[in-house]
Amino acid sequence: MSERVITFVEALNEALSLEMERDPNVIVMGEDVGVYGGIFGVSKGLLERFGSDRVIDTPISEGGFIGAAIGASAVGLRPVVELMFVDFFGVTMDQIYNQAAKMRYMFGGKIKVCVTIRTTIGGGLSAAAQHSQVLYSIFAHVPGLKAIIPSTPYDAKGLLISAIRDDNPKVFFEHKLLYGVKGPVPKESYTIPFGVADVKREGSDVTVIALAYMVHEALKAAEELAKEGVSVEVIDPRTIVPFDKETVLKSVKKTGRVVIVDEDYDRCGFASWVAAIIADEAFEYLDAPVKRITTPNVPIPFSPTLEREILPNAQKIVKAVRQVVRKI
Amino acid sequence: MSILVPRDKLIEMYSIMVLIRAFEDRAHELFAAGKLPGFVHLYAGEEAVAVGVISNLVKGDYITSTHRGHGHCIAMGCDIKGMMAELYGKRTGICKGKGGSMHIADFEIGMLGANGIVGAGVPLAVGAALALKYRSPGNVAVAFFGDGAMNQGCVMEALNVATIWKLPIVFTVEDNQYAISMRSMAPTKLQPRVATARSFAERAVGFGITAVTVDGMDVLAVYEAAKAAIERARRGEGPSLLDCKTYRYYGHFEGDPMVYRSREEIEEWRKRDPIRLFKERLIRMGVATEHELEALREKALKEVEEAVSRAEEDPYPEPSEAYTDVFTDPYY
Ligand SMILES: Cc1ncc(C[n+]2csc(CCOP(=O)(O)OP(=O)(O)O)c2C)c(N)n1
Ligand SMILES: [Mg+2]
Repeated sequence: MSERVITFVEALNEALSLEMERDPNVIVMGEDVGVYGGIFGVSKGLLERFGSDRVIDTPISEGGFIGAAIGASAVGLRPVVELMFVDFFGVTMDQIYNQAAKMRYMFGGKIKVCVTIRTTIGGGLSAAAQHSQVLYSIFAHVPGLKAIIPSTPYDAKGLLISAIRDDNPKVFFEHKLLYGVKGPVPKESYTIPFGVADVKREGSDVTVIALAYMVHEALKAAEELAKEGVSVEVIDPRTIVPFDKETVLKSVKKTGRVVIVDEDYDRCGFASWVAAIIADEAFEYLDAPVKRITTPNVPIPFSPTLEREILPNAQKIVKAVRQVVRKI
Repeated sequence: MSILVPRDKLIEMYSIMVLIRAFEDRAHELFAAGKLPGFVHLYAGEEAVAVGVISNLVKGDYITSTHRGHGHCIAMGCDIKGMMAELYGKRTGICKGKGGSMHIADFEIGMLGANGIVGAGVPLAVGAALALKYRSPGNVAVAFFGDGAMNQGCVMEALNVATIWKLPIVFTVEDNQYAISMRSMAPTKLQPRVATARSFAERAVGFGITAVTVDGMDVLAVYEAAKAAIERARRGEGPSLLDCKTYRYYGHFEGDPMVYRSREEIEEWRKRDPIRLFKERLIRMGVATEHELEALREKALKEVEEAVSRAEEDPYPEPSEAYTDVFTDPYY
């Protein structure tokens, strides 16, 4: 791996420009993606390089322009369209879950809807109830949508390139706290296949499954726990549709203990689904109940003291791991 | 016409405008000093719109607001100590620190909420107008929203239902020239596509709504236009739209690098500062002296300073507060 170190934002930006260079069908659209370069800087410089036919600043009409990206993708363009915050999905969801997700199936497999919807997720910025949610479980719940959730700059670049080339509708979730995170990223183009989890840290006592920013909290927790002699394996599924069940089950069979960290709301979410899979398929290997560290079923509060109370973090993971290792 | 506005009313309008400006300038400093968490969108430059419209409202009227809502809150009479504490995320905040800058509400005085979702307040105001028509004829609702919000589907749907139901509502577009970086009207070299092809007033007319374009830097012009629209609504003659041309002085949000506009453009708009224009007018009209108006400004500064000191001292909410208020019962 190259030693060049760049940020998560730069990695995404590079993925977009490489794909735009490679394939004239790739276009970028969304609110403030052009002149502004994206509200978090992901599309910086693209308007200047590729022009306003391929980098399209849109009015605040998500239903209209996300629908348009989906329609354009159904007839052969490869739009990468930005939904500024996932919290805004409500104003455009029909186009995503009833149109993009179902068109191919309803039309008997005759068409491809290759749209990539990029969106930002996550709390920790006191951005309050309508700008802090994660919500990937809602999208993953709907058949026909792939869901990609990178946690490092390396994964972000490779997964975004794969996403743009993939022929299916997909939502690409970028955690806001990751944009400034740095990591090694090769200059050249590369892809990362969907449905392949990455073991971010190997261990033998407990399996911790985490996504996006929570991978970093899990790694912090693992570091802390190593000092107590507890060996934690951290698994990052990277995509939840498709989901790499095998890697997760293999790890669980090895450790016999699992903590699932999920920043989404607790009820009917990703963590519960994974816990159910483990209960179904690896029950006899478990030495302790499966623990879930999730966000309780309350809207994300503004005040830092309240937000800190509800969001998962390394401390809560450490506590949960201690609980499962004690229960023999 | 404006001479018909009573002196006390004019002075009150001026006082509120300088209070909004003082609040926003201070919030700008506090954000830069790292005192305010989260996203903060400031209203400085747009005071004439909130004050011009809201000065026509009476008890029982409602408004809905936006992410840029401090000005509407102050003009409606929200307690600025509670507002400042809310910006700090303190327990004494007007929404207990749960909402923050983008989610201030005070239903008791008719302020039905700022909003983090662009356009979302507009259908809610239509709903308030529906309730008023049924329960309290003569009262009105006002929806404040931006030029950007005018492109949101739910806003256009709301315009339509308000017309067909002939509701007592005034749609107030605050066209501050930008939705973040998107020009509301005039195309630029880099942005050949604009956010809208027709003026907002023209578009409203397409829905069958009476609409006018107003100089949003002139508080009396806004006041007069809003007065006519609100009186129509009170008489049961249906919705109107005010297309107010204005400008925001600070970035879209605090911390915005503002790559999409020039310093000169900001200076050009600042030359028509709504507070200065009004001040000069009041002096010219003999309503108040420069000295008297300056005293009002100082009073506002002091009031804001008191709100800041209080907010600094106030406690943060107890963590257990995170689990209350989801439903009316304790379940979550
Ligand atoms: C549905 C939705 N889309 C996008 C955003 C992000 N956003 C917040 S404010 C804003 C611009 C709003 O422009 P305008 O309505 O003109 O109000 P202004 O900020 O100029 O007062 C955008 C795009 C949002 N909050 N909600
Ligand atoms: Mg605007």
